[in-house]
Amino acid sequence: MTEKPKLAVYWAASCGGCEIAVANLHEKILDLDAALDFMFCPCLLDTKKKDIEALPDKAIAVTLFNGALRTEENVEMANLLRRKSQLLIAFGSCAKGGCIPALANLSTKEDLLSSVYIDNFSVDNPSGITPSGTTSFPEGDIHLPALLERVKHLVQEVDVDYYIPGCPPESHQIWNVIEVILSGDLPPKGSTIGCGNLTVCDDCDRTKEEKRITAFRRNYEFYPEPKVCLLEQGMLCMGIATRNGCGAPCTKANMPCTGCYGAPEGVSDQGAKMVAALGSIMDIGDTTGLSESEIAGRVDSFLATIPDYAGQFYKYTLASSTLGGRVGR
Amino acid sequence: MTSEKGFEPKIIGFLCNWCSYAGADKAGGMQVPYPPNVQVIRVMCSGRVDPQFILSALVKGADGVIILACHPGDCHYKEGNCRALQRHSMLNLMLEQLGVEKERCRLDYVSAGEGEKFNRVIAEMVQSVRMLGPLLLTPENRAQVICLDEQFTEC
Repeated sequence: MTEKPKLAVYWAASCGGCEIAVANLHEKILDLDAALDFMFCPCLLDTKKKDIEALPDKAIAVTLFNGALRTEENVEMANLLRRKSQLLIAFGSCAKGGCIPALANLSTKEDLLSSVYIDNFSVDNPSGITPSGTTSFPEGDIHLPALLERVKHLVQEVDVDYYIPGCPPESHQIWNVIEVILSGDLPPKGSTIGCGNLTVCDDCDRTKEEKRITAFRRNYEFYPEPKVCLLEQGMLCMGIATRNGCGAPCTKANMPCTGCYGAPEGVSDQGAKMVAALGSIMDIGDTTGLSESEIAGRVDSFLATIPDYAGQFYKYTLASSTLGGRVGR
Repeated sequence: MTSEKGFEPKIIGFLCNWCSYAGADKAGGMQVPYPPNVQVIRVMCSGRVDPQFILSALVKGADGVIILACHPGDCHYKEGNCRALQRHSMLNLMLEQLGVEKERCRLDYVSAGEGEKFNRVIAEMVQSVRMLGPLLLTPENRAQVICLDEQFTEC
């Protein structure tokens, strides 16, 4: 009997949701186990790093790598799994675009360490110790993987074969990808797979008409009409600038899309596209006779109702956005 | 890299074909000197300026971006300049969170007859960016350029 191809699922800086999405294959996981040797997954299995190191190069057929790269340990594991895998797939929004961990890129590393370990009312740290590589104590040295200056997404460190978007990827799409891999009929390298090429609006069955909004409204303020486009009701629904393939479960549940499938095909910056889209549907009313500064004032007060545009529009893609994070040193 | 003392900002200007580009022509015709730091890109409407263009300009070496539009009510396409204003205001809020000062991305109105205003706006823009100094990108910001160029030939 020939050996089954090996499958690894690894987490770097991630929450574990991607593993849950794999487990959510339900009974299909038995089919997966029949076709592949699911041999490495720190969340679900007990294989160790040294077992992976002991494998010959390219011994793993497919690695689904989820999580962003936050520490040197994440980088080391990314390089190790790249060496040992035939196909390395960036699995989920963290590996594809940085996702929530990459929102740290809106601050400097020093600010982060300070607000978590020093300047924080629930922390007592008189000697100001922050985790950084090696720290010496009377009892001996403690080694911790150091933080990188910036959160990276996988392709910034190693060569990536395919991307699967989603936070987490929808289970039926994971199964589609497994089937494609098993069939051997692979798309060109670098493709985003397990998704569509259009936007979430294409999956969303709400009625869409002329888009003109007179104010932004947020979830807690009202109960949205169940059949009308959420964006037309003033919600910051990101579906308009987000890749489809999820089946729009959020808008079906009366919640706006937050953009987890990332930018659609041909778009380099999801946040910029969201700005472009919203900027053209804002309705500040009749401006006849108003001065230029009065018009600018109306726009500013319209925009002031949302406190965090970068966090909203780059929730899943800051690391892969045009700037990638904060400028300056 | 230019030293801080002799720093001359590099500014990308997106000028509307119908008003501001003609305004720049008028300024040229008047032969009043203005700073040569702005590299002009003519667009059919200020509403054509995708925020992606602005971010690309900044990450590829511009210290500032200026968008010149028709005055409110004068847009050749009725409301392109209004959209440009709304996008610009929203983008600036986002850029501030990313550490880019709002002076680096300016929107103003110049009509075809306002050669003098064109001169004044450009001089103000160059001066304010000169005071700020160069846009300091981290190695991580720069790495994005390579990523983007590989993925997209145009955006």
